[in-house]
Amino acid sequence: MSSSAAGLLFIGSLLVALALCYRPLGDYMFRVYTGAGHSRIELMLYRLVGVRPDGEQRWGVYARSVLAFSAVSILFLYGLQRVQNHLFLSLGMKPVEPALAWNTAVSFVTNTNWQAYSGEAAMGHVVQTAGLAVQNFVSAAVGMAVAIALVRGLARGRSGTLGNFWVDLVRGTVRILLPIAFVAALVLVAGGAIQTFGDHFTWATLTGGEQTFTPAAAASQEAIKDLGTNGGGIFNANSAHPFENPTSWTNWVTIFLLLVIATSLPRTFGRMVGDDRQGYAIVSVMAIIAIISIGLTNWAELSASGTVPQAIGQAMEGRESRFGVSNSGMFASATTLTSTGSVNSFHDSYTALGGGMLIFNMLLGEVAPGGVGAGLYGILILAVITVFVAGLMVGRTPEYLGKKIGPREIKLASLYFLVTPVLVLIGTAVAMATAAGRSAMLNTGPHGLSEILYAYTSASNNNGSAFAGVSANTTFHNVTLGLCMIFGRFLPIVLVLALTGSLAGQAPVPASAGTLPTHRPQFVGLLVGVTVILVALTFLPALALGPLAEGLL
Amino acid sequence: MSTPVLEAPGRSAKKADGRIGGGLIDPRQMIRSLPDALKKLNPATMWRNPVMFIVEIGAAFTTILAIVDPSWFAWAIVVWLWLTVVFANLAEAVAEGRGKAQAATLRAAKRDTTARRLRSDDHSKWDVVGASELKQGDVVVVEAGETIPGDGDVIDGIASVDESAITGESAPVIRESGGDRSAVTGGTKVLSDKIIIRITQKPGESFVDRMIALVEGANRQKTPNEIALNILLAALTIIFLVATATMQPLAIYSKSVNPGVPDSLALTTDGVSGIVLISLIVCLIPTTIGALLSAIGIAGMDRLVQRNVLAMSGRAVEAAGDVSTLLLDKTGTITLGNRQASEFVPVDGVTERQLAEAAQLSSLADETPEGRSIVVYAKQAYGLRERAPGELAHATWVPFTAQTRMSGVNLDGREVRKGAATAVMKWVRDHGGHPTDEVGHLVDGISASGGTPLVVAEKGRVLGVIHLKDVVKQGMRERFDEMRRMGIRTVMITGDNPLTAKAIADEAGVDDFLAEATPEDKLTLIKQEQQGGRLVAMTGDGTNDAPALAQSDVGVAMNTGTSAAKEAGNMVDLDSNPTKLIEIVAIGKQLLITRGALTTFSIANDVAKYFAIIPAMFAAVYPGLDALNIMRLASPQSAILSAVVFNAIIIVALIPLALRGVRYRPSSASKLLSRNLYLYGLGGVIVPFIGIKLIDLLIHFVPGMS
Repeated sequence: MSSSAAGLLFIGSLLVALALCYRPLGDYMFRVYTGAGHSRIELMLYRLVGVRPDGEQRWGVYARSVLAFSAVSILFLYGLQRVQNHLFLSLGMKPVEPALAWNTAVSFVTNTNWQAYSGEAAMGHVVQTAGLAVQNFVSAAVGMAVAIALVRGLARGRSGTLGNFWVDLVRGTVRILLPIAFVAALVLVAGGAIQTFGDHFTWATLTGGEQTFTPAAAASQEAIKDLGTNGGGIFNANSAHPFENPTSWTNWVTIFLLLVIATSLPRTFGRMVGDDRQGYAIVSVMAIIAIISIGLTNWAELSASGTVPQAIGQAMEGRESRFGVSNSGMFASATTLTSTGSVNSFHDSYTALGGGMLIFNMLLGEVAPGGVGAGLYGILILAVITVFVAGLMVGRTPEYLGKKIGPREIKLASLYFLVTPVLVLIGTAVAMATAAGRSAMLNTGPHGLSEILYAYTSASNNNGSAFAGVSANTTFHNVTLGLCMIFGRFLPIVLVLALTGSLAGQAPVPASAGTLPTHRPQFVGLLVGVTVILVALTFLPALALGPLAEGLL
Repeated sequence: MSTPVLEAPGRSAKKADGRIGGGLIDPRQMIRSLPDALKKLNPATMWRNPVMFIVEIGAAFTTILAIVDPSWFAWAIVVWLWLTVVFANLAEAVAEGRGKAQAATLRAAKRDTTARRLRSDDHSKWDVVGASELKQGDVVVVEAGETIPGDGDVIDGIASVDESAITGESAPVIRESGGDRSAVTGGTKVLSDKIIIRITQKPGESFVDRMIALVEGANRQKTPNEIALNILLAALTIIFLVATATMQPLAIYSKSVNPGVPDSLALTTDGVSGIVLISLIVCLIPTTIGALLSAIGIAGMDRLVQRNVLAMSGRAVEAAGDVSTLLLDKTGTITLGNRQASEFVPVDGVTERQLAEAAQLSSLADETPEGRSIVVYAKQAYGLRERAPGELAHATWVPFTAQTRMSGVNLDGREVRKGAATAVMKWVRDHGGHPTDEVGHLVDGISASGGTPLVVAEKGRVLGVIHLKDVVKQGMRERFDEMRRMGIRTVMITGDNPLTAKAIADEAGVDDFLAEATPEDKLTLIKQEQQGGRLVAMTGDGTNDAPALAQSDVGVAMNTGTSAAKEAGNMVDLDSNPTKLIEIVAIGKQLLITRGALTTFSIANDVAKYFAIIPAMFAAVYPGLDALNIMRLASPQSAILSAVVFNAIIIVALIPLALRGVRYRPSSASKLLSRNLYLYGLGGVIVPFIGIKLIDLLIHFVPGMS
């Protein structure tokens, strides 16, 4: 089989598998978030936190719960890293530096998983499992909870409340993420990923040198890292490491895991608003953008020109030979289209335009399909903005799913849309304007600029992957990227919840022939167009001086 | 007296196919509005429009830059940036200018009126006071030849009043105390008789005052959709400001890593030059829609005024676009005001033609609309020539009276009568006839079907029955079908019994009807619809309509109606034409569509501008970026200037569209969206590529452009 045929088979089978999961998983999540009963474990957890699981929250309370939970998580994770030398199973690791500890704590709580550290050199077993792995679960569950709250706001009429954050958080973790991650971890172990709490071991290499290896509970971490679109690898090499992602088929499983929840959530959305077609429309938007992006990335990579690629027939720099160009490109697209940010190849080595596509994927605001939950609420906000402009063009006060998009709604949606571009652009500009910022660049010229642009794009959009060249562990970058991550996560969440509050309070307007239909191909096309064009217009100057300058020769 | 309200060109713009057009604008109007446009450059007024305010700041800043470091290119940019601001102001000034002329005429109508105010203790004495001193509750007397000093209700007397100052309609109208024709408007003139009026307006808040404020746009408040759109535009402006400002460090870096490249006009070691940076900002922020937004709103109100409808707020106009239920009164809206003959049914061996002849003869002296309709029907259906009463000698005419409820003629010994069934049957019996049961069945049948039976008889025998029925206005079915496609439900309101109502509702094609409707029923229906989230529009004129008018989202009061009704509604139709509600809905929709279409156009324009400006700025450092110069513009300077010039000219080019509104043909939301997306979305992408290229072809000859 030729390599491009193999690549097509790989991508095609993934699409089929995801399509098959759309209904059952979406329906299951619908039941999880709308069901009335509580399991015993859940009741225990509620008692532990001290909440009444049947008490509904208004948007302000819901938002404060999200923020409080996340603030406590950050403090806990920061503390854990700072005292890890006193903990058992620490593998003799030193306490993490304050700037790096802050960056890492924020990174994992915001579902970004930007890693300015090297896992095997900095983090012991306790920090990895009790700190980072726990956040892999709950930060994902937070994203899903916020998305579900927004959907409730759209579905409910004249309601002041949007559910209970603690219930959504616990159910998302216990009923969705844990079971799937458990099965996935077993599958990965079967594929050859390691799972151990053992100590360092050392062996002799072929050349007679000595190599030390830090073992880890990799399979379990890997499963939730991808399932929860986290991306923080237990090893520095992330999914390129053979103990995390051993074979081509585990590579397939990994990609499947990082897409499956985000692509099934639109089904849950459709069920909750009582119109499955709305879910199909949203998932179509995600699929169209994703497939075009994957196609373009693969095209850029496979047609790579240059001396070395032409000599060996492929652009193999920075890629694992286990995966090859096409499957690496697929992984890279999937990880940037979702907010995962795990990598199985080094994006810095991609062609200028291929790397540019990866940046563009993240700049889309992580909506195709985006992070678990975050992708859904991101695309729904874009739908609100699209509905507004399109709704005016049909001569009515714009409405989405029967909810009017008035001044308050458009203000919140616009602010949401402003947050990440402003963070990306100002972050990049500040880094490029200061010597401290520029010093992290590995390359010079447009490629170096791309490295910095990539870093701030990744952090602000809570992706977490890096253009590997950049040396991010400096106080400057730890602090600024940490700020980008925390603002890029929680400002949008608060704005989404505020919007949810005002949507939930409205009485729905019944649909008529005069209402703009939001389930037809027409709207799907329009939403794709608005998403892509708004982002392209916002970032074209920056992209022109980075990937485009390098790629258009 | 006739006012421009009547003469406005837009009145002829309503086309037969239900499309809403608008008035054309005169190029001279633009020139006349130029001084106003320049006045609006004052930053104190400019800041209200954030997008254009930023352009003005940019223009001022580039002026300073051009003074410090003059060049042909710099000054060309400066001039065009200022023109961009002026063009935006021009759009607003032209829109306002149309209202100002109308306001001036209205002011003339209300000037220098005095009133004879009756003393509260003694109504036989009065004081002469200025009209402006009148308060609510004052009672004044007005006689033939005098101008009515303020809005009020007639409490005594009857008079014909010339209301042309307000409505533009020259035929006088009757105003009398009691009933639904009691409201009078200040500034109108009493032509005959004497009436006593109780003033209902507060000083300075008369109908004419409100009308003046309205056409001038003096206290025009932004509508919710307009506010929402402004927020979106502000957000886009912020994004593009940030995108352009943050480009600077990147540009400086890019220049520094390519030290061999000489400084260019656009890019130096200090980054992109101020003039180019501001040009880019101005091109990217949504100036087109920002410039035209307020003109669109003013013009929307103006289109209503041209159709003799006064909206008390812009909010009401916008709500009209959102209406999903229309309540229409049957009489006068769906049906012609009066019932008409539709069939002659003969009895007892009489031929149809004989009956028709008798019916015609007996109706010649009947001047009621029903009577006229019989004569007309006889002519149309049986070719019977209409005869003037004088034509038949020896004829003794028996005119229709409310007492006899019959009309007829005695001609050469023949006596023919026509009228209400009971009256004519009694007449037949009195003359020795014995009407058969057949007549009774026919009469009952016609009544049951919702029609009105009239019996025609000759002395001693009944000839047949005339079927009078409600005639649905022509084209109503098509209009209701149209409404249905727009997603609007029409409900007919009538006092008829349910059977009659259903017959007419089916014939007219309305979606639903409310029979034997009382004002309370109306109110309940409106509340019910609103409970379900629907917006309701209705028309009304009587005092008992007032609660329903106030409750409805769009309440159009007829100008002939009571002041209570006018007070309760949020629009007044000066022509008192209830069918106009349908047009009002279309105008509301058109207003929103125009805003949406121009916003889309404005944003779509940015694509081409990037393709012009990005290579112009950076191709010197990264020659690969010249691949983006797909328009093959002559030089960086001409590329940037062309984009700026296009950005300014497109505003002027779109002023007519903004004032007229985009073409609107009632259809489903999906179809409307497709059409507007192709036209303004795709068009918005393509047009600037062509426009910028053409401008570049012209201006690259200008010195300093290469």
